[in-house]
Amino acid sequence: MDIHLTRAWVQAIAAAMDQHKDHLTQLDSAIGDADHGVNMQRGFTAVVAALDGYEAVGVGDVLVKTGTTLISKVGGAAGPLYGTFFRNAGKQLSGPTADAEQLSAAFDAGLAGVQKLGAAVPGDKTMVDALVPALDAFGAAARAGESDAAAAEKAAAAAETGMQDTTPLQARKGRASYLGARSIGHQDPGATSTALVFRALAEVLQS
Amino acid sequence: MKKLINSPDSVLGDALAGVAAAHPALHVDTEARVITRAGGPSVGRVALISGGGSGHEPLHGGFVGPGMLHAACPGEVFTSPVPDQMLAAAQAVNGGAGVVFIVKNYTGDVMNFEMAAELAGDDGIEVATILVDDDVAVKDSTWTAGRRGTGATVFVEKIAGALAEQGADLAEVAEIGRRVNAASRSFAVALTACTTPAAGKPGFDLAEDEMEVGVGIHGEPGRSREKLEPASAIVARSLDAIFADQPLAAGDQTIVMVNGLGGTPLIELYVAYAEVAAYFAERGVQIARNLVGNYITSLEMAGVSLTVCKADAQMLALWDAPVNTPALRWGA
Repeated sequence: MDIHLTRAWVQAIAAAMDQHKDHLTQLDSAIGDADHGVNMQRGFTAVVAALDGYEAVGVGDVLVKTGTTLISKVGGAAGPLYGTFFRNAGKQLSGPTADAEQLSAAFDAGLAGVQKLGAAVPGDKTMVDALVPALDAFGAAARAGESDAAAAEKAAAAAETGMQDTTPLQARKGRASYLGARSIGHQDPGATSTALVFRALAEVLQS
Repeated sequence: MKKLINSPDSVLGDALAGVAAAHPALHVDTEARVITRAGGPSVGRVALISGGGSGHEPLHGGFVGPGMLHAACPGEVFTSPVPDQMLAAAQAVNGGAGVVFIVKNYTGDVMNFEMAAELAGDDGIEVATILVDDDVAVKDSTWTAGRRGTGATVFVEKIAGALAEQGADLAEVAEIGRRVNAASRSFAVALTACTTPAAGKPGFDLAEDEMEVGVGIHGEPGRSREKLEPASAIVARSLDAIFADQPLAAGDQTIVMVNGLGGTPLIELYVAYAEVAAYFAERGVQIARNLVGNYITSLEMAGVSLTVCKADAQMLALWDAPVNTPALRWGA
């Protein structure tokens, strides 16, 4: 992946959030406070604006800028969590390109930041339920010597499975946890937006 | 959705313009989205900063002023503010004695204030945090994000604000705030749902003859959904929950708030207060001070929240200290 593709990824995420805004909000209205779609859309729209004219030296610069902007613009839990993911990942990447193994290590650093901040583990019915399987799949493909495009495709598929698997879970973190057993039967909005992030990566790297 | 707004996207900015125009004693930074006292920082005094999603007015901007908050950071409707706002607030009001962040226990608020505390620390501003988590409708267990912060926020802001005004240091101000939170319990019942401007439809469905018992300030579900009851029964079940969590004995002194959630007229809040007063009288527990009105609302949600603080002499004295803010004013 190079700087151009990294920018394209972030733009593709912004387009996906725009397109799925209502769906995310609808999922969030079932178990949260009905603002996930509008918050993510507001955040990534701001990211695209912030990256416009921004001179990046490395792949990591783009991701750090993305994360910093999300923290500044989104609010709620999603802002700090997604912002930390992109910032921490970006800090690991200094070169003008990154191969699959470098990306995998960077994403893992992003996940570590998310888990430090939110203390969520798989099974809590959060974005981590999509993020962990996505990064596991990405890392396994990278270590097997597959291309970043192939790794991203596997990550996207794993994130989507993880997203679907949140439906039967009972939420233990965030506002959905107040529902207790009533959160069962609803797909988690955070896991859904995470699946969109990795689908966008797969699409950009394959094109 | 039928609301007195220009557009869902501009609600917060438009409201802040109104706050600025209505209250010359406040300074509203519409760019940074921070409300402060117009006079600048209080030199040598600890500064109190609170914030959270908008839609809970007068919380928090309505409590900025001498004797209470130095700054408020309003987020988007029902969405926590971002760290940049708290940092801008801290820079604007730090009088050299440090700042206290008053944070309601919601995942987003906690995370954003945590990040802001780090940024402020990098800036050389000392920060202490008071986490408010008084809602007994939520079990404080490892199975949830913990108790929500609701009505006790008003008590914490008033009492800690009074101590800061007297020149107490950062640790002392934080300590009294934490003690007030630990001594306070809240419980809310909703009769209707509210509609956020962005969502455009009610957050939950409640039939004409139903109520949500133990509801949160964003319409988060409570303990149960029941058939609507008379005010006496609603008050009794709310106070039963509060007393079960924090037993109060004859002779104990309390501060009690009967708070409207936004869509309940004052006449009904007074109906509720009569029931509260009778409940306390029956048990010999004293209501030393009270508030009846709309202090922490949830847009146009109909319903009531009750907050009870078991107050000691210091808390009562600080409660009585002068306060001069748009929504709370006495002795000044």
